Amino acid sequence: MTLATADTQPRGLAATLAHARYVISDNPVTGIAFGMFLVLVVCALLGPFIVPYDPLASDTAAALQAPSAAHWFGTDNLGRDIFSRVIVATRLDMAIAVFSVALVFAAGGIAGIASGFFGGWTDRIIGRISDTIMAFPLFVLAMGIVAALGNTVTNIVIATAIINFPLYVRVARSEAAIRRQAGFVQAARLTGNSEWRILLTTILPNIMPIMMVQMSLTMGYAILNAAGLSFIGLGVRPPTPEWGIMVAEGAAYIVSGEWWIALFPGLALMFAVFCFNLLGDGLRDIVDPQRRT
Amino acid sequence: MHGVVDVTAQAAKTSEAPSGPLLEVRDLTVEFATRRGVVTAVSEVNLTLAKGETLGIVGESGSGKSVTSYTVMRILDRAGRIAEGSITFSGMDVAHAPESAMRDLRGREMSMIFQNPRAALNPIRTVGRQIGDVLLQHVQADARNVKEKVIDILKQVRIARPEERYHAYPFELSGGMCQRIVIALALACRPQLMIADEPTTGLDVTTQKAVMDLVTELTRERGMSTLLITHDLGLAAAYCDTVMVMEKGRVVETAPAERIFRDPQHPYTRKLMRATPRPGITLKDLLPEEPDPLPPAGEGRVAANVSTPATVSGPSASPLPHAGHGASAVPLLKVENLLKEYPRQGAPSAFLSGLLGKKAPPEERIFRAVDGISFEVKKGESVGLVGESGCGKSTTSTIVMRLIDPTAGKITFDGEDISAVPAKDFAHHPLRGRIQMVFQDPTESLNPRYTAERAIADPLLRMGGMSGGAKLRARVAELAEMVGLPQNLLERFPHQLSGGQKARIGIARAIALDPDLVILDEPTAALDVSVQAVVLNLLEELKQRLGMSYLFVSHDLHVVGLLCDRVIVMRQGRIVEEGSSQQVLDAPKDAYTRELIAAIPHPPV
Repeated sequence: MTLATADTQPRGLAATLAHARYVISDNPVTGIAFGMFLVLVVCALLGPFIVPYDPLASDTAAALQAPSAAHWFGTDNLGRDIFSRVIVATRLDMAIAVFSVALVFAAGGIAGIASGFFGGWTDRIIGRISDTIMAFPLFVLAMGIVAALGNTVTNIVIATAIINFPLYVRVARSEAAIRRQAGFVQAARLTGNSEWRILLTTILPNIMPIMMVQMSLTMGYAILNAAGLSFIGLGVRPPTPEWGIMVAEGAAYIVSGEWWIALFPGLALMFAVFCFNLLGDGLRDIVDPQRRT
Repeated sequence: MHGVVDVTAQAAKTSEAPSGPLLEVRDLTVEFATRRGVVTAVSEVNLTLAKGETLGIVGESGSGKSVTSYTVMRILDRAGRIAEGSITFSGMDVAHAPESAMRDLRGREMSMIFQNPRAALNPIRTVGRQIGDVLLQHVQADARNVKEKVIDILKQVRIARPEERYHAYPFELSGGMCQRIVIALALACRPQLMIADEPTTGLDVTTQKAVMDLVTELTRERGMSTLLITHDLGLAAAYCDTVMVMEKGRVVETAPAERIFRDPQHPYTRKLMRATPRPGITLKDLLPEEPDPLPPAGEGRVAANVSTPATVSGPSASPLPHAGHGASAVPLLKVENLLKEYPRQGAPSAFLSGLLGKKAPPEERIFRAVDGISFEVKKGESVGLVGESGCGKSTTSTIVMRLIDPTAGKITFDGEDISAVPAKDFAHHPLRGRIQMVFQDPTESLNPRYTAERAIADPLLRMGGMSGGAKLRARVAELAEMVGLPQNLLERFPHQLSGGQKARIGIARAIALDPDLVILDEPTAALDVSVQAVVLNLLEELKQRLGMSYLFVSHDLHVVGLLCDRVIVMRQGRIVEEGSSQQVLDAPKDAYTRELIAAIPHPPV
């Protein structure tokens, strides 16, 4: 690369944006995913202010109405507006997913890096812990944790984090192990960095891109898990608007023909999970140096 | 040795009846679509390859030599396309041929040897079966006689015990052996054209010679044409009939091998030839004689810097001007009976053999990477540690660096026994800053997420007692100045810099704490020759200026001879010869050293 061309290339944020634009033009699906993500963020932040009805206000006169101009997604058995409930529920579902992913990233990521970087007993102990978690059917394990710890949103977050722990440990472990003997790590040792400092300031930033992809992919899974727990009656309790509960409440009415009660929260769930999966694929393209041509 | 090769090359050429060219490339231009628009990798390349001819394409990285050969095989990356020009291979239009015809052609009519033999082989299939697959694919054998034919081919590439090796997996074979298998694969169907893309880069010199001799012999025997792609002028000189020099996607010169070295026409060819290390020259001889009319960005400035150092002015009548001068009698580093043992891979564990009631002899259980060596490095002296891969030179330097612990032995640094400190605690040892290292691969040894400035500042922050601010920035700027790194590059990340610039950062980082001993682990192995020339001169200049000692680890005796006062030759963990560079290079005592020197190809200048 000559000086002339290198000087003209954009730096910092501009470079990242330019690269993102390049990736999106190469794969428009990533652009769509970012758009969907934006919709979710807007709903989560502004949901309660933009919905037409109070999500908790029941109106028995208007119960079980099919979708119409007044009630876009119809109303449920208590006459609550499903559209409003679906939008407002975004905040809770997203919050559960974000906090559980942040928690598992901090715990599993660090444990995995330590495991791959130090090897030996650290690796064995952390490896066996994650194997033990993997040995359970994960959803059943999450049910057990919530049932044992108590039916609260916090516990759903913890349970979701625990069942994702092995995934993060494995990704972080393999990425750290690759870099354990890399030249720049040796160089960091020579310049007097301690092992923990190398782990946190040299290894961790270098595996962040791959962890970001992992986080996006598990976001979808975390949303699904939280909704699943609520569906079977653990975690969030009615009348709180939450996609899982709403599907559970609507399920009984499908047989009698009121399909909209379960369908729309289900679609919202699908939308969110689909969005994060697409986003993960797109992020992978952005961070993959192989595609940085 | 070179004489012999040249004579046989002549003989082959004259015995070949003149016929139409096997391969003809006309005005070839290849473009790649990238994030920053279309990049022309190769432009207007013309080449003609006659039957039985060996054409060498020589150039530095980014010269387009590999792209040219890939285009001939039509195995370009999906972003690349032939923008213009034609490729004719024995009458067939390769540029426009359908993919199915190309598939048929590849392997049967033209084949390729890749740079990294291990990567080119399927790791989970035995080598015999891999060769068999090629034969079956191109209907050169059937299920009944395939094994027989494969063993026959293995014999031809001089694989000892071919029946046994038929069942070997690539990881069970040495690098040289793997390259023989790749050659066997390439030659299995007796193609007319073989493209060898840096076939011996990464192999030891003696292995390189054996592999190249084998390739030459086999291709000559079969009247095959060869396209040898290399960065090594010496290799091209020794094995090619015609040499084509490429620079930045263009052919700058094409001429018969003898002529191009006797009378190079293009300034770039001359620059390349000067930069190639060879016997009987000094470090300064490597640099271009005239100021480069178009200096490559970042490099040229410093080349000018280094070529006029006030400090380097030894008695230039001696071919090694620095030999002996500057070195005092005080040993800085003293290594005594250094021993490093590893458990042998695949050996039965002590527990298992204990259970079976028999104990394997120690030589079967333990591998001695370093087998009781002793040497000294004096203050201000540079010592070369030379040997082929697996000789224990890197293990030795890593132990001296205190990154791993020796099994036994004593290392004294400036009167202090540093082998007593465990490697993992040495990071905080006060001597850490006084023993530093320049790594082999400048790219790999820089944290991709640190800017150049941050990378150079790292040792100062950790051990230099600085904590940011103007003082730190001034010191980093001073170091950058010393290694000739332009100040405006300091905020760049490694991927935005060239190989030479990255090498400079690695050096600046190593000298940041004013170390007494710098271990250079093949610091130029990953660099182009012209960059190597500049970096070697820079290292010499810094040594003179800062009074450091160097322990230079390398496989290349010529490079070591240029920079070092003394040379230690290692083989299988032991020292086989030790002496002044001049003495070891000019009058080697040990048979192995002689073999090493003889195996290095160099242009006949």
